[in-house]
Amino acid sequence: MASQPARRRRLEVEDIGDIAVVQFVDKKILDEQNIQMIGDDLFRLVDELGRRKVLLNFANVEFMSSAALGKLITLHRKLQAVQGKLILCKIAKEILDVFKITKLDKILEIKPDEQSGLQAF
Amino acid sequence: MTADPVSAAVTIPSELGEAHALQARIEDGLHACGYTDHDVFAIKLALEEALVNAIKHGNQMDPDKQVRVEYRITADRFDVRIADEGPGFNPSDVPDPTEPGNIERPCGRGLLLIRGFMSSVEYHGCGNVVTMSKLRNGHPGGDE
Repeated sequence: MASQPARRRRLEVEDIGDIAVVQFVDKKILDEQNIQMIGDDLFRLVDELGRRKVLLNFANVEFMSSAALGKLITLHRKLQAVQGKLILCKIAKEILDVFKITKLDKILEIKPDEQSGLQAF
Repeated sequence: MTADPVSAAVTIPSELGEAHALQARIEDGLHACGYTDHDVFAIKLALEEALVNAIKHGNQMDPDKQVRVEYRITADRFDVRIADEGPGFNPSDVPDPTEPGNIERPCGRGLLLIRGFMSSVEYHGCGNVVTMSKLRNGHPGGDE
């Protein structure tokens, strides 16, 4: 029997009111297959579970490459298409530089902490 | 206290796992030389982007092709040369991902990040060789 890639949990989702607060389980968001699965899980929140307000909390994330940015942009577009909203929060200084250099901080809403992220919806 | 300079030349197969193992070795060398977390992050990110480019776009994940990595870590700077066996590319042909028409494209940001995080970046020959440097600007024990 062919073995299936481990389908371990990559996101922790907590509902606070009508806002889905998402924490990343991994400290490093790398590796195409891993990023693909994170993307699938994020898109499922919108496409299948009908969430319209998503707060991504990056508190656990220590390293992230450009490969993950595409998933965030696609999630942002998906939420925009259904009049929803994506907010990012608690991004480490170095990772914040990734968003600034790519100018994605201009199109993605970024808040310093979870509380200000929740209040921004 | 500063460790002695570290130089190495390594040839790895076109496998991302091998690239990550090499990155971990370089990261250990940077920490041993007292580089700050900020500088280590910058170098790690540039290595990740450049090695993924070499393996995926250069060598097209071809297991018969290899990536040659030469690096040197001193107290003052980090230098690396990465060569793949692909046909190369012209960096100026890569669309600027910060342009309004491209900003929402899901890919194409690796080169921009390499330039943003490193002190200097140059492509050579047909574009299948990149050299990058990072001047150390932090201080041991301080992250700013």
